[in-house]
Amino acid sequence: MIFRKKECVAMLLAGGQGSRLYALTKKTAKPAVRFGGKYRIIDFTLSNCVNSGIDTVGVLTQYQPLVLNEYIGNGFPWDLDRAFGGVMILPPYQGQNGADWYKGTANAIYQNMTFIDRYDPDYVLILSGDHIYKMDYDKMLDFHKKKGADCTIAVIDVPIEEASRFGIMSTNEDGSIWKFSEKPKNPDSTKASMGIYIFNRKKLEEYLIADEADPASSNDFGKNIIPTMLQKGEKMFAYPFSGYWKDVGTISSLWEANMDLLGSKPALDLSGEDWRIFARHSADAPQYVGSRARVENSYITEGCEIYGTVKNSVVGPGVKVMYGAFVEDSVLMGDTVIEAGATVKYSIIDTGVTVGAGATVGADRDAGAAIAVVGEDVNITAGAVVEPGAMLSE
Amino acid sequence: MNVAGLIFANIHDRSLPELTQVRNMASVPFGGRYRLIDFTLSNMVNSGITKVGIITHYNYQSLLDHLGNGKDWDLARREGGIKLIPPNVSAAGAGHLPSSRLESMLSAIDFITHCNEDYLVLSDCDIICNLDLSDVIAAHAASGADVTFVTKRVDASGMYLSESVGCVKADENGRITEFVMKRPTDGVVNIYTNIMVVTREYLISMLSDAAARGYTSFFHDVIAHVVADGTANYRAYEYEGWYAYVSSLEGYFNASMKLLTQEARDGLFAVANRPVLTKVRNSSPTKYCEGAKVTDSVVADGCIIEGTVENSILFRGVKVGRGTVVKNCILMQDTYTGSDAELNCIVTDKNVVIRDGRCLSGCETMPIFIGKGRYV
Repeated sequence: MIFRKKECVAMLLAGGQGSRLYALTKKTAKPAVRFGGKYRIIDFTLSNCVNSGIDTVGVLTQYQPLVLNEYIGNGFPWDLDRAFGGVMILPPYQGQNGADWYKGTANAIYQNMTFIDRYDPDYVLILSGDHIYKMDYDKMLDFHKKKGADCTIAVIDVPIEEASRFGIMSTNEDGSIWKFSEKPKNPDSTKASMGIYIFNRKKLEEYLIADEADPASSNDFGKNIIPTMLQKGEKMFAYPFSGYWKDVGTISSLWEANMDLLGSKPALDLSGEDWRIFARHSADAPQYVGSRARVENSYITEGCEIYGTVKNSVVGPGVKVMYGAFVEDSVLMGDTVIEAGATVKYSIIDTGVTVGAGATVGADRDAGAAIAVVGEDVNITAGAVVEPGAMLSE
Repeated sequence: MNVAGLIFANIHDRSLPELTQVRNMASVPFGGRYRLIDFTLSNMVNSGITKVGIITHYNYQSLLDHLGNGKDWDLARREGGIKLIPPNVSAAGAGHLPSSRLESMLSAIDFITHCNEDYLVLSDCDIICNLDLSDVIAAHAASGADVTFVTKRVDASGMYLSESVGCVKADENGRITEFVMKRPTDGVVNIYTNIMVVTREYLISMLSDAAARGYTSFFHDVIAHVVADGTANYRAYEYEGWYAYVSSLEGYFNASMKLLTQEARDGLFAVANRPVLTKVRNSSPTKYCEGAKVTDSVVADGCIIEGTVENSILFRGVKVGRGTVVKNCILMQDTYTGSDAELNCIVTDKNVVIRDGRCLSGCETMPIFIGKGRYV
């Protein structure tokens, strides 16, 4: 094989179960959860890599990898089917010294150091596959090089009252980090870690090996690697990112991120040619909107047939909303039928669902109501009522 | 499968001069996200054909751009895949652009002779249907025919023909007894759909014979004579599914508007295991804004709709401004309409800009066409 050194290799942590998404991650890993009509969560990080000029991406999978593996395939939709490099799925494997599941984020990378070594990169970019954002990693890499850092951590300003949910970086004026506190009770900074790290490869490998040798370590970047590096006085910098960024790890944040696509000035705009988000598509017909349909303030994908009413909603491919059906404030992920006269309000409906004629899912979105969630392939019989906040799965 | 495909990309360019000014018939946009060749290519791929020759003579930039390496049709193959057959014209001036179907076929003689498949499917790009070619091929092989013509019974009055079509009569066994090129104006006729299955050895001998005799017209000099003399086994396969044929701008408009019927969408797009494949553009989903009113329309992804759209077809990336009313229109890729415009029976090519407040109206039998990139 022709060998070409890569300056930077990305390692995408996609093994998380996403247990707080409940029914939505029963059969699929969180990065493969659908988002924004035609995308999956992982499309954002993969597209960011490609748009930033990174063409070698290892995707570390562990939990329910089948859908994710099939989805990524040879990487063609993201232009990651490269002759050397490209996208590679990296599941846990059996080696000469035994086999192990990925014990933590750091251990997952440790187990794949030989993958990284193949490309002889100077830098390693660590990403997680569960955030929605558009970011140029190349700018971050420039920052990292200019600062002469050993490790650069991307940070975003969060409201001080929310800071205790994040890993918080306390920085000096030049951006160097002097303190890292994981979910601090009394945060002294609003710079939250986005879980995006650039390491000098040699330095990373050195710390991964040391961390692996420590039986007390939980082999995690946030808990072990970063604090240890800080403690040892390595050069660590915070790279400030401004723009849309959302952790979609919970039902409500996933719903909110979908709603951020709507409105005349959406918080997250996916239209246009620049920084396009790529996804694997099936060959669907264009959408059809029927003669008595009403579609307002919504995001609708190819393959849909809308005969009823859809308002303030995000609708994935192949959804049928029949005559007299009413959908509002909801996320329909795809290949779902909302039968005549059914009502879906303030809900997230996974793929392959049938909502029978006259059935009701969720309720008006007001202060007290919670989001109703219907998992993959659930069949809601005609006339049935699914309460707000319900969590149905097959 | 023991069959290869051969597609004629240019043959009907003249019947649709408005849309083929900047492209050939094969890459004429249709149905929101497709090009006409997609229907033919998908029929081939869905029937297991993995080697397709595409004969093209001129104006093929947009076709090449559309096809790429064939990946979107699963035709990026080491063995087979898409084989483009451009004209044989040398720098020294030898050769000329083929001007007839017969010359087109002769220009592809290397492809035809180098195939090792027993059968070839020959198809033009002026038909829109979802046809199970493997059934046609099976019928062809079973009957031992030299050529099987796919035919369709149509009402000639709704055809909007600008050129003659093959009108076919067959006996009860499907053997063709009459094949006449003409322009029927009314009544039900069984017309040749410009899709045929031919036994490759027969095609090679027929072509070398035609070349030796200096024939110029495939239908008049070859097919009509063979049918009259009964020297070969020609059969008709009557296709019964949904079908549209494009042979003029009115015909194009009419065929497009048929997509607004359930029957057409079911017959074309909702056939199990037979998707219509096309180039993926990675547009975001379509955004219906507050105050948008869309009814009875086919809409591709990537549109932003603020105004009113009725009975229309919107291609990818179309923008309909606030207060604008679009009725009975076909707006192609990236057409931009400002606010408070009114459009009725308009066909816009790609990248057309309709400024604020413009008011344009054609009628169903005479839609107004606005060329690529024009500002109104």
